[in-house]
Amino acid sequence: MRLLDESSVEDLAVGAAILGTGGGGDPYIGKLMAVDAIKECGPVELVDPHEVPDEALIIPTAMMGAPTVLVEKLPGGGEVFQTFKALERRLGRKAYATISAEAGGVNSTIPIAVAARLRIPLVDADGMGRAFPEIQMVTFHLHGISATPMAMADEKGNSVLLDTVDDFWTERISRAVTIVMGGSSLISLYPMYGRDVKEAAVHGTITLAERIGRAVRESLREKRSPVQEVLKLTRGYELFKGKIVDVERRTVAGFARGEAVFEGLEEYKGSILKIRFQNENLVAIRDGEIVASVPDLITVLEVETGLPVTTEGLRYGYRTVVIGMPCNEKWRTEEALKVVGPKYFGYDIDYIPIEERMKG
Amino acid sequence: MTLRIGIDVGGTHTDAVILDEANRLVAAVKTPTTPDVTTGIAEALKKVIAAGDIDPSEIEAAMLGTTHCTNAIVERRRLSRIGLLRIGKPATTAIKPYRAFPEDLKEALGDVWFIVKGGHEYDGREIAPLDEEEVRRAGEEMKKIGVEAVAICSVFSPVCPDHEVRAMEILRGILEPGTPITLSHEIGSIGLLERENASALNAALIKVAETAVKAFREAMRDAGIGEARLYLTQNDGTLMNVEYALKYPVRTVASGPTNSIRGAAYLTGTRNGIVVDIGGTTTLVGALTDGFPRESAVAVEIGGVRTNFRMPDLIAVSCGGGTIVREMDDNVELGPESLGYRLIEEGLAWGGGTLTTTDIALAAGYAEIRDPRCNPERLRGLDAKLIQKAVQKIVSTVEEAVDRMKTSPEPVPVILVGGGGIIIPKAQYDKIKGVSQVIRPEHFQYANAIGAAIAEVSGEVDRIFSLEQETRAKAMEEAKEMAIREAVKAGAKAETVKIVHVEEIPLAYLPGNAVRIRVKAAGELAL
Repeated sequence: MRLLDESSVEDLAVGAAILGTGGGGDPYIGKLMAVDAIKECGPVELVDPHEVPDEALIIPTAMMGAPTVLVEKLPGGGEVFQTFKALERRLGRKAYATISAEAGGVNSTIPIAVAARLRIPLVDADGMGRAFPEIQMVTFHLHGISATPMAMADEKGNSVLLDTVDDFWTERISRAVTIVMGGSSLISLYPMYGRDVKEAAVHGTITLAERIGRAVRESLREKRSPVQEVLKLTRGYELFKGKIVDVERRTVAGFARGEAVFEGLEEYKGSILKIRFQNENLVAIRDGEIVASVPDLITVLEVETGLPVTTEGLRYGYRTVVIGMPCNEKWRTEEALKVVGPKYFGYDIDYIPIEERMKG
Repeated sequence: MTLRIGIDVGGTHTDAVILDEANRLVAAVKTPTTPDVTTGIAEALKKVIAAGDIDPSEIEAAMLGTTHCTNAIVERRRLSRIGLLRIGKPATTAIKPYRAFPEDLKEALGDVWFIVKGGHEYDGREIAPLDEEEVRRAGEEMKKIGVEAVAICSVFSPVCPDHEVRAMEILRGILEPGTPITLSHEIGSIGLLERENASALNAALIKVAETAVKAFREAMRDAGIGEARLYLTQNDGTLMNVEYALKYPVRTVASGPTNSIRGAAYLTGTRNGIVVDIGGTTTLVGALTDGFPRESAVAVEIGGVRTNFRMPDLIAVSCGGGTIVREMDDNVELGPESLGYRLIEEGLAWGGGTLTTTDIALAAGYAEIRDPRCNPERLRGLDAKLIQKAVQKIVSTVEEAVDRMKTSPEPVPVILVGGGGIIIPKAQYDKIKGVSQVIRPEHFQYANAIGAAIAEVSGEVDRIFSLEQETRAKAMEEAKEMAIREAVKAGAKAETVKIVHVEEIPLAYLPGNAVRIRVKAAGELAL
């Protein structure tokens, strides 16, 4: 167990954006909420999954919907607690702790605000080790934990308690509810036990995000390359150094899809890298050859600052380093790849782990 | 003949130019910037009219790029105490207004805010009806406190401004007559906190702008051009008439660099390329895209506050004409300190004791300065190797900044403007890497003032369109029409208005029923 204070949250938000692989939403709003909660209620107890009692109830908390809506229609503040309490009531017991469903992006910070205000611990783990767009895309789902009962709430005071036949239905129904609620909602879902967390979660990701953010901050202060530090911590690879020369966006089947083209700089001069994205970066292709694909992480960093560029922020003229990072092993089984592999996102390619691609 | 005057107020110099209707340069002068700014402007006006030997009554318009507002924010001086009304309850209460403001700026603005019920969803539905009683109570409170200006910011007002407009009507009936009210949908785009911040700054600057405009008017009358129309240049390189400028003063904060990029484009006839503006203290490098400065894509901080303002994408390096040169072991370092206007007292060639980039250019023999007080003989003792290294350092610093602004490996033209341009050796022009040609146009030292004088008038729309009631094509058409209307409203000749920028971004993680469209239109000033 250790304590997360205000400065840990600042670092964590930067690391979370890097793990967000271009999506997951800007952690800025969530960071302000988490910092305010810590200022008022004191630091948050961060517990290792192994410290959680097997029978303890753990409830993940998150924001759902469009990050663009979240930055405009800020939460009222009470929504997420309303959903948390609703699940506790439904399950007839108090939760021991909360946990992040998604360590990449804004959903790394929402559970911190919950933990601080409810004075409960936060588990140092999450359900992705990155960011993904849909509710069933969590390791909890792979381990047979059900997303429901799930509670959703908006700032107006509306709340919904969902019971569904499977996690795909949960995704469909909750997405529709989120739209009616105004494009964003706060949610509590995948209630689970301590022993499930030990088995089904991606461990240590909150600490990892914090360490990534700290490394970026410190290397900038000491005028070292932040990119190298990020690669060391994530066992990642530099895929490319280049300038964005074209960004094309289109809406396909309700999702913002697109492609960004990078022209090589320095040792990559003469090369072209393309990234295909759908909210997150999904496939990176260098000179016609795939160098990384989902579920491995692909993140675009600004050369100077090491700070991540989101898919919405991709703009002509940026000078960037593109990095690839191995995903958690849980995502590499045949079953898991059916949920989050390249084929699920519409790319007819086989998944090859980035480590193997880099060898060859 | 109808003439125009362009004025640019920089940190070191205030420049003024006169252009005729064919945009030919009639006269140009440089005068020192004064601490009060206005005296320097009056001086520049008088001098340029004398230099052009023209009849002041022929001057139809004066275009001014000024730092009054920028300085007021940076120095936290002369800002109005404002009342901030946010409309969005029960949403938004998780993060209060001024949450990420620097403490001293928050104090300067008075830290008076209210959150009332109302606001809209992304698709134009109401979050809640506007609570008019709450608005009234907030208004009474503001009146009691005695706020000098008001900013109103409603959730999703770029999609539906109704609640902001209604709240303004209510407050008008309560506050002292003439209290300026800023509506956020006229200031910024999606991103509540950033738009609210920019709106608060705007409201706090209105008095600053009023004082400045009054002083300009006086300076104009003094110079015999009291009848000419006055325009201010804004961040995107286009003009606002006075009425507009007094409503949106925050739009002037980055106009200086923009004017020099626009001026460089005009002086060379180049529409695309890189502009290097070498001043006394800094060199600013910007990109020219279709005749306008490329805009920065990231959230921009003004005086330590995050805003979602569109600002030109710029790189500043400490390599100006007055930049101090130091030898460090085997290397040469430039700045960041600069002698600025003290160059002519403290520079080596002027008999002072400080080595600057200008001294290096003089010693290397590629620059000449016609100033009797400047004597390059004083530089004889300088080590030849040091001179050579310093020249290389100057060239490589600029070369690197240019490369960072480039968007492709293909060589691009570079336009060199600004008074400090002499520190780049002409012999090196064709050796600068990644550059097709270096153009140093005639009148390069007046690029900013010329940029102000030739500025066009623009209108802009940035909002989320719901595609449930209308098609994408129709939404785009509507956005374009709105932008054109805005441009005409701002003073553009209707028949010259063209769409200059279109951007479309679907909302992530939401099925595709909403899209953010941003359109800008610009046209010639109707004189």
